[in-house]
Amino acid sequence: MSGRDMKALLERPVWGRSEVEDLVIVPLFAVIVALVLGALTMLATNVDIATIGHSYIALARGSLGSLNALSETLTAAIPLVLAGLGLALGFRAGLFNIGAEGQLLMGGMAAVIAGFALSGLPAAIHLPLALLVGALAGALYASIAGWLRAATGAHEVISTIMLNLISYRLLDYMLRMPAIQKEGRADPISRSVPEAAELPRLLSFIDPNLRLHAGVFLMLAMVALVWWVLFRSRIGFEFRASGESADAARYAGIRAGLVIVLAMGTAGALAGLAGANQVLGVLGRATPGFSAGIGFDAIAVALLGRSHPVGVLFAGLLFGALEAGGRQMQVDAGVSIDLIGIIQALIIVFVAAPLLVRAIFPWGFRRPSSGGRRP
Amino acid sequence: MDIELRGITKRFGEVVANEGVNLRVRAGEVLGLLGENGAGKSTLMNVLCGLYRPNEGEILIDGKPVAFASPADAIRAGIGMVHQHFMLVPVFTVAENVVLGVEPVGRLDRLDRAKASAEVAAISRKYGLEVDPDTLVETLPVGVQQRVEIIKVLFRAADVLILDEPTAVLTPQEVEDFFAVIRALRDAGKALVFITHKLNEILDISDRIAVIRGGRITGEGRPADLTPKTLAEMMVGRPVSFDVTKTPFSPGRALLEVRDLTVLRDDDAVAVDHLNLTVHSGEIVGIAGVQGNGQSALIEALTGLRRVAGGTVTFDGADITHASVRARHRAGIAHIPEDRQKSGLIPKFTVAENMVLDTYYDDRFSRGPSVMWDHVAEKAAEAVMDFDVRTPSVYSAAGHLSGGNQQKLVVARELSRDTLLAIAGQPTRGLDVGSIEYIHKRLIEARDTGDGVLMISSELDEILSLADRILVMFKGRVVAEFDAAAGPVDKGAIGLAMAGAAA
Repeated sequence: MSGRDMKALLERPVWGRSEVEDLVIVPLFAVIVALVLGALTMLATNVDIATIGHSYIALARGSLGSLNALSETLTAAIPLVLAGLGLALGFRAGLFNIGAEGQLLMGGMAAVIAGFALSGLPAAIHLPLALLVGALAGALYASIAGWLRAATGAHEVISTIMLNLISYRLLDYMLRMPAIQKEGRADPISRSVPEAAELPRLLSFIDPNLRLHAGVFLMLAMVALVWWVLFRSRIGFEFRASGESADAARYAGIRAGLVIVLAMGTAGALAGLAGANQVLGVLGRATPGFSAGIGFDAIAVALLGRSHPVGVLFAGLLFGALEAGGRQMQVDAGVSIDLIGIIQALIIVFVAAPLLVRAIFPWGFRRPSSGGRRP
Repeated sequence: MDIELRGITKRFGEVVANEGVNLRVRAGEVLGLLGENGAGKSTLMNVLCGLYRPNEGEILIDGKPVAFASPADAIRAGIGMVHQHFMLVPVFTVAENVVLGVEPVGRLDRLDRAKASAEVAAISRKYGLEVDPDTLVETLPVGVQQRVEIIKVLFRAADVLILDEPTAVLTPQEVEDFFAVIRALRDAGKALVFITHKLNEILDISDRIAVIRGGRITGEGRPADLTPKTLAEMMVGRPVSFDVTKTPFSPGRALLEVRDLTVLRDDDAVAVDHLNLTVHSGEIVGIAGVQGNGQSALIEALTGLRRVAGGTVTFDGADITHASVRARHRAGIAHIPEDRQKSGLIPKFTVAENMVLDTYYDDRFSRGPSVMWDHVAEKAAEAVMDFDVRTPSVYSAAGHLSGGNQQKLVVARELSRDTLLAIAGQPTRGLDVGSIEYIHKRLIEARDTGDGVLMISSELDEILSLADRILVMFKGRVVAEFDAAAGPVDKGAIGLAMAGAAA
């Protein structure tokens, strides 16, 4: 056999047209259609055209138009990306984890406790420790669902939803415990995290109000790490094999139960990290429902990002931008921020229905050759 | 009704699937269409039944050109296709399945079950199909389900029936019954196209045979003028050897010893019943038997996929009765699974990834927590060349390969590592002649280098040509043993044992 054959076999395929359509064009058009339908929704609720234009300008300004806007977009994106990475990893392993919200709450709560309980440590130790505790708490909490699935077959969709509900009440309960509740307060609110455990703000030398914090580096590091785990590591190969074909994975000697527990645990760690990031970087303490639905938005982020770490990064940035811009929209144009929720949901609907997008934008896609695949 | 295809050319992008194909299908005749997987048989038939539109050429019905814009047009014109994979609703009755989409309805859109049932019964009687219209489809054996598919097509008044690899899912007995049905349909004046890659069957059933290779018709003739050898040459494009050359049988030490093995199915029924067998190094042991007599459960138990309920399995001197799948892999057992699509490989993964599906953790491919993917790709490329897997790149998805090449990929993975014993379940099911020939060669090579091979196959010819010893399984037990190395084995005796006569 000649060396030339070998070379051809080892040639990496370039992205074909269909991959570009699937990964870039569909999500892009989904966003456009969702924005248009958002405008129609406003129109249908008696918002005049001028205000609609005004609100979309505000959306753009509030997300990208200034240093503060960019800072807000990134700040909102960090937890979405972190939790989204975990969910994407779970999807790859064939696990539909709905429990990021609860794992995020548990991670955040644990990070807060590690923050105020261990005061006096130098920041170089205290902050990483608090983050680690948050990740561990999220991992443990998610592992419950993983273990239930592996040991009893209980479906993770059901068990993670239930664990979400438990986490809300657990949080409320803990926030009233004397050891956790802020002194002198009657409402459920935790003690504050000391500075040594806070994620440092990055742009306060320009303006102390800029909230962007060091979590952004954590986010990028985790994108790289999850990419490495999924596509380069042994355990990632086992995750993906189990997710693509549980049967073939079993035949290859991969232990399904172990993969389920580990994948859930890793996903939970990332969600816990997202929670820790919120309390240590933005909020400074824990309050009831401090997760603010991030764990659910992250499902959308993971889906929009096609369960690929880089895709999740872009999807998280988009959702962060919508979040930040939506606030500006509410202030400037008086359009409720709920519209942003509608737009986000519409994006997911269209991403989930690529055929619909193809039907709306036929010129964006190569005509399907009759019959498609060669037999 | 006569149909003529004239100069049909069908391209997919730059790939030419059919080129200038001329073909006639006549009423009252069975046309056998023979070709390897990927030769263009299915494309051609999909053109005929309206799924694809040809780039060039025309279709004539009784001399008049027609154009089909959709399968519905073709059905209206009287052309019906019975697909290889059944499209039936398991929880519906036969009659309900048959009328689905063209239901006879009464007032207020009420489904007229009685009428449906009666019409289906009438068709069934007319062609001797013997199907009870009121039985649930899921309770029917595969052979009868196939007749339901045929009734579906007849119910829609088809005069031309296209049968795509109809015997792939049938047992030898069912094939006989099925051929009787085909003959009845032919005698009733229907035109039939029988698509297959099995030489004996096509000689058996066809009135006329057309061979397709590389998208063109490469030969035509009547069965009386053709032999399996000439047909195979037309199909593959080169002389094909049916004689398997083996070195003399010289078994070594006992590798795998199975004693009193009992295995239960998922529903706790006994699948393998106190079974004993031994595989020596340097021999191929073939297990014959009608499907469903515990062969699959036996393989699963031997490979660690199913728990053993009783008895012992010893491999190379060590007790592996309860060893894990991976421990058995590492001890040197290769496993070529029965269902390559479902459990042999992962269609969406690349060829390289599939090539290390059960060895990725090994020191050869992993360092610490990471897999050395570049190294994996190189090794995969070597294996691809070594085992003649036709793929443009090791980064192509395995699902894009033809069935034969998928199986060669699995065989390459399992036999290219250091093993002592290969367990192969239906290693050539659904493959083309070239791939079958190649995989047989590789299994014999493994034997000649001192490996033991345990092969399970429902194709008796395959077992007869490969095995040194033949065991017949019936109801979970080995009911007969034949020594094939000593001399030719009486096929009839095996057949009787398969039917349980020896038990």
